[in-house]
Amino acid sequence: MEHYLSLFLKACFVENMALAFFLGMCTFLAVSKNVKTAFMLGLAVIVVQSITVPMNNLIYQHLLKEGSFAWISPSLANVDLTFVGLISYIGTIAAMVQILEMFLDRYIPALYTTLGIFLPLITVNCAILGGTLFMVERDYNFPESVVFGFGTGVGWALAITALAGIREKLKYSDVPEGLRGLGITFIVVGLMAMAFMALGGIQL
Amino acid sequence: MKPLRRLLDSIEPQFKEGKLRWAYPLYEALDTFLYTPGEVTKGPSHVRDSMDLKRMMTTVVVALLPCIFMAMWNTGRQANLAIEALGVAPDVAANWRYGVLDSLGVGYSANSFFACLLHGALYFIPAYIVTNIAGGLWEVLFATVRKHEVNEGFLVTGMLFPLTLPPTIPLWQVAVGISFGVVIGKEVFGGTGRNFLNPALTARAFLYFAYPSAIVGDAVWTACDGFSGATPLGALATADVAHGMAAISEDWMQAFLGTMQGSMGETSTLACLIGAAILIGTGVGSWRIMVSVVIGAAGLAMFLHGVGSKTNPMFLMPWYWHMVVGGFAFGTVFMATDPVSAAMTEGGKWVYGLLIGMLTIVIRVINPAYPEGIMLAILFGNVFAPAIDYWFVSRNIKRRQNRNAA
Repeated sequence: MEHYLSLFLKACFVENMALAFFLGMCTFLAVSKNVKTAFMLGLAVIVVQSITVPMNNLIYQHLLKEGSFAWISPSLANVDLTFVGLISYIGTIAAMVQILEMFLDRYIPALYTTLGIFLPLITVNCAILGGTLFMVERDYNFPESVVFGFGTGVGWALAITALAGIREKLKYSDVPEGLRGLGITFIVVGLMAMAFMALGGIQL
Repeated sequence: MKPLRRLLDSIEPQFKEGKLRWAYPLYEALDTFLYTPGEVTKGPSHVRDSMDLKRMMTTVVVALLPCIFMAMWNTGRQANLAIEALGVAPDVAANWRYGVLDSLGVGYSANSFFACLLHGALYFIPAYIVTNIAGGLWEVLFATVRKHEVNEGFLVTGMLFPLTLPPTIPLWQVAVGISFGVVIGKEVFGGTGRNFLNPALTARAFLYFAYPSAIVGDAVWTACDGFSGATPLGALATADVAHGMAAISEDWMQAFLGTMQGSMGETSTLACLIGAAILIGTGVGSWRIMVSVVIGAAGLAMFLHGVGSKTNPMFLMPWYWHMVVGGFAFGTVFMATDPVSAAMTEGGKWVYGLLIGMLTIVIRVINPAYPEGIMLAILFGNVFAPAIDYWFVSRNIKRRQNRNAA
């Protein structure tokens, strides 16, 4: 239990996808103009991340990893399919997002309309693929990957909500002309990352 | 004073309409610094309070006076104690401050109040002057180019920043740090009241990450070459668990009064408490934030103390020790309560304070990378303050809607 808790905290804060690795920046910067949409997008990322990371974990552990076919016959023990990893992971993510979209459309239309375009956009969010690739690199087992996926999603959602809060507050600011818009947002994200460095190096 | 007023009035047209129009913010700053202005602040920093920004910032400066006094006396005292402990006569060629002290003939006695005060002042005052010249330069530059007034906010930033530095910090780093803090932390957002991070803390954190060798470790806290003395937090973090709290050479009362190693203005909890009384009494600082930071820190420290650890000596520190060591008191009273970067809603202040308090203990106890945490915890709190406020505001809106609908 303790192991999973520390894994969650690590994925969520210490190795925050957005502010420690700067992954998923495109959506992070584009969809953080107001808190409500940012929060909704964060929710969508949490959902997608906690489904796709475990899914990809199953694929990696049982289909791609060297020796995953050893149970069929010993001669297949050396088969290593990890070279098709990237394409299978992104395929899974795209498929999962599609299914999730259809599911929401059918059963929770209210949430579907709120998320709107952001749901399909998540497919190309690098934080999602990044989560999967970190999972593969660290060779997590299934329960670990569930916790990790959920944790990275929550961390990303927290970061984008905080950024959106700051950007809403910045409406009252008087930013020099050349920096308005994306420029000041980059500075804000940099300063946020500096604050998040407080947690870098925590060993749980 | 009459002639001065007349002089200012006579040159005013030059700045208002004449050739020197570009320098109007400079004139305005000088005028309102010397005389009470006839109008009150109108900008965003003023929206949430009926008190004038100028009065507010002056109150903070007054509240800081005990800390400034301690900064000078204690820095000098620690340096003199170190010189006595080393037993070597100070090398005048290596440090101009010794030359000044020698020429004045005050000596290096740790028991002489005046010698300590003067020795410490020779460390604090230069840092203070550099801060205000470098930071003030940027402030005035932005004010002239962007036509806003030079704000009293900088007076506070320029006072807080040197107090958080170790006495041995090179002065060029002071200038670099405050430049980052003022420009990136504040002026790019449009000046006082429009930033989202505390500029003094931004400057301090920037130095912390950019030049760690000058701001962490055991050697930087005492203004004496070749002497190294750990702060209580540093001493305990590297100690053996078996020795426990004995690793700290100071006793609790010493830590409370502040006669120990540390950043110049941060050591004395007593001085900070006096400041807190002034801030709360005048309503400038939020007591909700101060109380909730203390509750959050004490609560988590008690919990971790109860849990204990076999390998990490920081778990051994009881909560009442956490209150008096490091920059906890200083950060809680003067940094966390910064009205611009803190949460604005009443409920949000509680959440914001608890977050800072707990995170401080988390960083101190379970993050071996940094011995001290309050500064980074407050920056972290600043980052989340707008989101916390948003949540409380929308909750209030919903509650009111429901009440009116019913």
